[in-house]
Amino acid sequence: MKKKELAVAALENGTVIDHIPSSSLFKVVNLLQLEKLTGSVTIGNNLDSNRLGKKGIIKIADVEFPEDVINRIAVIAPHAVINIIHDYEVVKKHEVQLPDELNNIVRCNNPKCISNNEPMPTRFHVENRDPIVLRCHHCERTVAQSEIQLK
Amino acid sequence: MSSVRRGLHVNLKLIKMNTRSLVSISDLSKQEITHLLDVASKFDHNPNQRLLEGRVVATLFFEPSTRTRLSFETAANRLGARVIGFSDASTSSQAKGETLKDTIMMVSNYADLIVMRHPLEGAARYASEISPVPIINAGDGANQHPTQTMLDLYTIRQTQGTLENLNITMVGDLKYGRTVHSLLEAMQFFNPTFNFVACKELQMPEQYKQFCRERGLAYHETTDFGPDIINQTDILYMTRVQRERFSDLMEYERVKNVYTLTASMLQGAKPTMRVLHPLPRVTEIAQDVDDTPWAYYFEQARNGLYARQALICRALDIQVP
Ligand SMILES: [Zn+2]
Repeated sequence: MKKKELAVAALENGTVIDHIPSSSLFKVVNLLQLEKLTGSVTIGNNLDSNRLGKKGIIKIADVEFPEDVINRIAVIAPHAVINIIHDYEVVKKHEVQLPDELNNIVRCNNPKCISNNEPMPTRFHVENRDPIVLRCHHCERTVAQSEIQLK
Repeated sequence: MSSVRRGLHVNLKLIKMNTRSLVSISDLSKQEITHLLDVASKFDHNPNQRLLEGRVVATLFFEPSTRTRLSFETAANRLGARVIGFSDASTSSQAKGETLKDTIMMVSNYADLIVMRHPLEGAARYASEISPVPIINAGDGANQHPTQTMLDLYTIRQTQGTLENLNITMVGDLKYGRTVHSLLEAMQFFNPTFNFVACKELQMPEQYKQFCRERGLAYHETTDFGPDIINQTDILYMTRVQRERFSDLMEYERVKNVYTLTASMLQGAKPTMRVLHPLPRVTEIAQDVDDTPWAYYFEQARNGLYARQALICRALDIQVP
């Protein structure tokens, strides 16, 4: 049993994204466009977690993401932890950090917002981090954490 | 010199000017607001100044608003500019499915300044980001209408002699009324005391009350509209209560009458108090108020001309002598 678990878990080089809320796991997969990767990607969900109750985890072999890319997931998984693995060792570990501004990641919830009616990128300012409150740069409406929809 | 080269030169100059767009009242500092009111006052004394000779101002009204459009076009005409544009999107290429971006890029080839009204919120902000010429927002859905706020501020200063330390009572639809929200934001610099008078359904949203608390602005909230409030007021800002805001029409009928101002309610008002309204009014100010010395809403509307002249000059970086 122990051996089998290790076979899935072991990662020689790459990125492990841990502490993803189970409800956000597949959104993270979409946001990072993991379906386009050709290397090995291991996805686990509904694992027991002391912090979250149930959590998701993603292991991506041989890929490291630029900070600005990986930090985008903070909008749906604000306490996700990024582990960088080199030669089976964790060489870097940090919680994702929500950037001050989100460009073309989140959809505006206001149907009368220009960004929902014109082919254009969205732009949001982070007004509060915990809980997350975003403000649409264009229509100036706020979006609460529970209302966040990805583009 | 070929006209193509001259055109290029003009365009480069205008690209630099585009920081002068006005989308939201919060784009302006206290100093800018005060300066703009001084400029508006010059136009109040002499509205016909041909400072825009040879310039072209476009008024793009993607939704109709005759009152605002006429005010802008009069402002541009009295400054000596030529005006192009449309007053209804159904007659423009928007009806053929053209994007806002394409319309703005096309018009910016012809005009030195674009004044636009659009039914979608954020349209003016987006236009200001893509346009090589300055944009003045003449209303974007329920979001912003900064030239209305400037004319309100001008009128308040004109009637009270100052913007500082005034008691401002806002009545009617405080929930959806963008004019009261923008006025509240702009007044933050001038130490006001606010009275918010509205029925339960249309009270001032929490975010604006929080805005006041964060800045130490005093406010009182009440559902009672009567002499107690009116007698301590310097500016009585009335707004329209719209039937479509109510799910219960009985409630609308009740509220409509409770928040109607009549001449008899004004007997104890300060002599300097003035009643303002963004117009058009329906029933919220009785006709008998018009003949009292407190009524000032028609003069207020006229001030829109001077405020817009000042804002057009700001957008084009023109000094007003
Ligand atoms: Zn928006």
